[in-house]
Amino acid sequence: MLVPLSWLKEYVDVNVSAEELEKKLFSCGFEVEELKEVGKDVSNVVVGYVEECEPIPETHLHVCKVNAGSHGTFQVCCGADNVQAGGKYPVALVGASVYATAKDHKTVEGVMTIKKGKLRGYDSEGMLCSGVELGVSEDMFPGAGYNGLLVLPEDAEVGADVKPILGLDDYVFDVSITANRPDCQSILGLAREVAAVLDLPLKEPSYEYHETEVKKDGFTVSVTAPELCPRYIGHYVYDVQIGESPLWMKRRLALVGQASISNIVDITNYVMLEQGQPMHAFDSEYIEGNAICVRRAGEGEKITTLDEQEYTLNPNNLVICDGVKPVALAGVMGGLNSEIRDTTKAVLFESAKFARDNIRKTARALGKRTDASAKYEKGVDEYSTVHAMKRALHLIEELGCGKVSSTHVDVNTGNSIDPWEMKVSLKKVNDVLGIEVPARDVLHILNNLNFAPEVNGDELTIHVPAYREDMDSYPDVAEEVIRMYGYEHVKPTFMPDALVTTGGMNAKQRRELKLKKDLCTTGAYECIHYSFFSPSDLDLLRLPKSAPERRAIRILNPINEELSLMRTTLAASMLNAISRNQKKGNLSGRLYEIGKKFIAKELPLTDYPDERETLCIGIFGEAESFFTLKGMAQKVAESLYVKFDYVPGKVSFLHPYQTATILCNGTEIGYLGKVAYPVAEKLDLRTDAYLLEIDLKTLGALPAGKASFEPLPKFPGESRDLALVMNKEITCGQVEDCIQKSCQYVKGIKLFDKYEGAPIPPTKKSMAFTIDFVPGQEPFEADSVDHFVKKILKNLKNQLDIDLRS
Amino acid sequence: MSERFDEIKQEILDGIGGLASSKAVYEFKKQFLDSKAGKIGLLMKEMKNIAPEERASFGKGVNDLKEWAQQRFTDLDEMIKAKELEHRYEQERIDVTEPGAEMKSGNLHPITQMRNEIIDVFSGMGFEVFENKEIENDYYNFTALNTPKDHPARDMQDTFYLSPEFLLATQTSAAQIHTMEAKKPPIKILCPGKVFRSDDDATHSPMFHQMEGLVVDKKITLCDLKGMLDVFVQKIYGEGTTTRLRPSYFPFTEPSVEVDVSCFECGGKGCKLCKGTGWIEILGAGIVNRKVLQNCGIDPDEYSGLAFGIGLERATMLKYGINNIKLLFESDIKVLEQIDNN
Repeated sequence: MLVPLSWLKEYVDVNVSAEELEKKLFSCGFEVEELKEVGKDVSNVVVGYVEECEPIPETHLHVCKVNAGSHGTFQVCCGADNVQAGGKYPVALVGASVYATAKDHKTVEGVMTIKKGKLRGYDSEGMLCSGVELGVSEDMFPGAGYNGLLVLPEDAEVGADVKPILGLDDYVFDVSITANRPDCQSILGLAREVAAVLDLPLKEPSYEYHETEVKKDGFTVSVTAPELCPRYIGHYVYDVQIGESPLWMKRRLALVGQASISNIVDITNYVMLEQGQPMHAFDSEYIEGNAICVRRAGEGEKITTLDEQEYTLNPNNLVICDGVKPVALAGVMGGLNSEIRDTTKAVLFESAKFARDNIRKTARALGKRTDASAKYEKGVDEYSTVHAMKRALHLIEELGCGKVSSTHVDVNTGNSIDPWEMKVSLKKVNDVLGIEVPARDVLHILNNLNFAPEVNGDELTIHVPAYREDMDSYPDVAEEVIRMYGYEHVKPTFMPDALVTTGGMNAKQRRELKLKKDLCTTGAYECIHYSFFSPSDLDLLRLPKSAPERRAIRILNPINEELSLMRTTLAASMLNAISRNQKKGNLSGRLYEIGKKFIAKELPLTDYPDERETLCIGIFGEAESFFTLKGMAQKVAESLYVKFDYVPGKVSFLHPYQTATILCNGTEIGYLGKVAYPVAEKLDLRTDAYLLEIDLKTLGALPAGKASFEPLPKFPGESRDLALVMNKEITCGQVEDCIQKSCQYVKGIKLFDKYEGAPIPPTKKSMAFTIDFVPGQEPFEADSVDHFVKKILKNLKNQLDIDLRS
Repeated sequence: MSERFDEIKQEILDGIGGLASSKAVYEFKKQFLDSKAGKIGLLMKEMKNIAPEERASFGKGVNDLKEWAQQRFTDLDEMIKAKELEHRYEQERIDVTEPGAEMKSGNLHPITQMRNEIIDVFSGMGFEVFENKEIENDYYNFTALNTPKDHPARDMQDTFYLSPEFLLATQTSAAQIHTMEAKKPPIKILCPGKVFRSDDDATHSPMFHQMEGLVVDKKITLCDLKGMLDVFVQKIYGEGTTTRLRPSYFPFTEPSVEVDVSCFECGGKGCKLCKGTGWIEILGAGIVNRKVLQNCGIDPDEYSGLAFGIGLERATMLKYGINNIKLLFESDIKVLEQIDNN
């Protein structure tokens, strides 16, 4: 919210610098996002009196003798068409800073410093300035918009700084207002806080006006949707003379970026900015049926707003209607049909309170957010509704632009705008803070905040102004006290009365962290990817229409389509990460992520979905293969104290013959494999890539071992190398399985060689294994291991038709 | 006989000079000291030809010669071995300035590292870790946290909706409610998690991480909040770091504060990082709103609580000087390999 210091001073005699005030506001809960010095770029510009002014032949220029009072008298060349002897204009002295303009003399192109110069052979020491060159608009000073010199009043003191005259000696605070303080969404609201924090009185503006006579006899207001409009005040003003607003009002509006339109419209804007209450003025000539009705819009009902946009409404939207038709979209914008025109002779002022949620929904649904709707969304209190109307009527009189009738209609639901009484215990207030704020300070602070406090022993009674809708119980009082008393009084303590608790991660969290660290030891970097992905990712993965991964939960209001589905697999994010890396020239690497995939029980969601922790590993580069990734899978199994089995598998985005399904205790828990070539091509991958995905939630539910110590074998073991010949379809896993089951003393089987080709027959292949035999409680007999080998070979022959290679 | 001894001695002395390797020494030594064919050994076989009265002195002479020879060869052997060793070392001379072998290990994600660091600090203070749900319902994310449907604070957060009732968690605070429903005071929990808001620019990501802390016990005050956070910032940002509280607003705490930490770059003097203010905003906190306790069936007249929420991206970016939040989610190995704090 923009707050000009000069406007603030209307209500508080601020006695500190703008910078000091910024600090004070910050300390009591109002962060100043920007402190803007209005005339910051303008300096050394004073009132100049042109004593002589002669045209320079054959040019549009004039050479002038400019008296700048105590600064001296200078010769200045000037190209403006309105320069004349005897006039007073702003003169930028040598060394002054003003805005530089383009050739059109209107567009500001930066800031420049005035130097001594020569024009057509004439010395020029300084520059006579236009409004644009000083950053002054027509609303800030009449005549400033003229494309020529800005003409200063005759009584301006020669040589005096022009900044105060032009309103450039001002500051504008851009204050951020927290959602609990809608009452501070106005200059007056913030002034109350400033008065409190500076310990100064608040000067309320005048709410006085004089009612003349009843007009519009029989005029009625009805509210058929009181839940959306708890209060509606209308007041009729006649003998209106539409015209310009006075300079002081135009200047204030300009400082907060509000253009001046006409006195009546400016009054509504001014009151909204001052009081925080949106107001509307209808041209009453166009109000038919001598009535206002506040009601829900009909289905398909249409309204054209002031900005000439037509909207089709429904019963969720609230409209202000006359006896016949909608004349305003409540809380958002007035209707074009009843707007204030130059010819307007009488107006109906509206000051109303609308339900904030309804205004928000309407503004969102129609994509129409206005200053008024923004105020209503944050919350408008009835205290302001009442005061704003009074203030507007006062301004009608002050500006002399109409007569206030006694036709006043107030429809309300009976809410009082008187302060309400709240009793709290002083001790409880201090208990929240943990310090004891002296009672007299509490009283002083609450008094400054208009709470009219009284203390009786431990009992503190305050009278909460109606605009403080945020006040509820003693912690609110504690906050009011401490933000004014100062947070620096809060001293560090360490829960002296709290019970001791044991902390730390639980077993699952520790296991996950261990897994992450173990994966790091394989050279892999942990990644974090978004929990959402794109429908196009599902196509990238070549998932069939019926794939469960396609049953993803949709975000109803995504940022864009790319981020519109909750992940049902982590594979796509990983593939995209690999692709991004390769595009940046990182041609090899190992990445992993532990994230969640989201499995809906039903769609649309009616219950929490299943959030499944999932591990995804992606590796890429010349040195990687299916087996390097399988090695990482083994690391995962070791980290979690489980055993994985692998069987050939099929995954839509992986190589048909380099993919395995991972099993644990017979339960399928994931896959690993080489990324299919069409997928890699689509991602512009320059090297092979391999992916693994394991459902950690399923895995976590399966029995696992734990770190334990087994005594070292008492007796030495023996090893045997066996080269075997078998049919090509037989897998390493089948052979290992058969060997393992043939002998309980086998403690290790390791494939160390593979061979195909002569002299092995073409339908066969050879695989060589080292088998470790470890004895139990007794040492092996001399021929024990030979017997084991014989049995293994016999089983291999019988079960898999495998022979020992000769 | 002594001439014989002298001859052999001379022979050895003559031969020794030309020996250049251990192997040559061994071969040469064998000529004299081999137990069967050595010249000195053979002298012993001549004993039977020696007059009995001279045998003793002959034997002694042979033994002396043997000892003398052995000593010569041992000395020589040691000398040559030393030379050979020297030569071998010489041969294996390397350029120690060449690069070492690469020991590749990866890193935890910077956010995980920050998260672990914070968990470590608070675990020591007795905080348990509870993870939040990423998909929440309206009640836990808003209503129970004192943010009913028409509350203006809902505008503070652009929520992603999945259905009228379910949404993506906008804050880890929902975990507070789940915990307080399941567990009675004393409560000290830390809830790290992913949260989501419809915001996307250089400092905002639609998904980011928060860490919520909650204490519910008897007589918890704003001073306790300050004391706890002082310890926290000193552990994370170093001794001598202090905090500054200033008023703020969150629907689930009252009073609510914004917590600034004295700038760990300049120590509070004012620098680029703290934009000249000497302070850096790091988290929001407050005394748990009575209504929130009530919503969870905890008597707010008996118990009070404090809560705080840290944005992990911001903390991480500040710590490592990362200027764009997107870098944390792009998985660029060149970025990830730099943040090594495991």
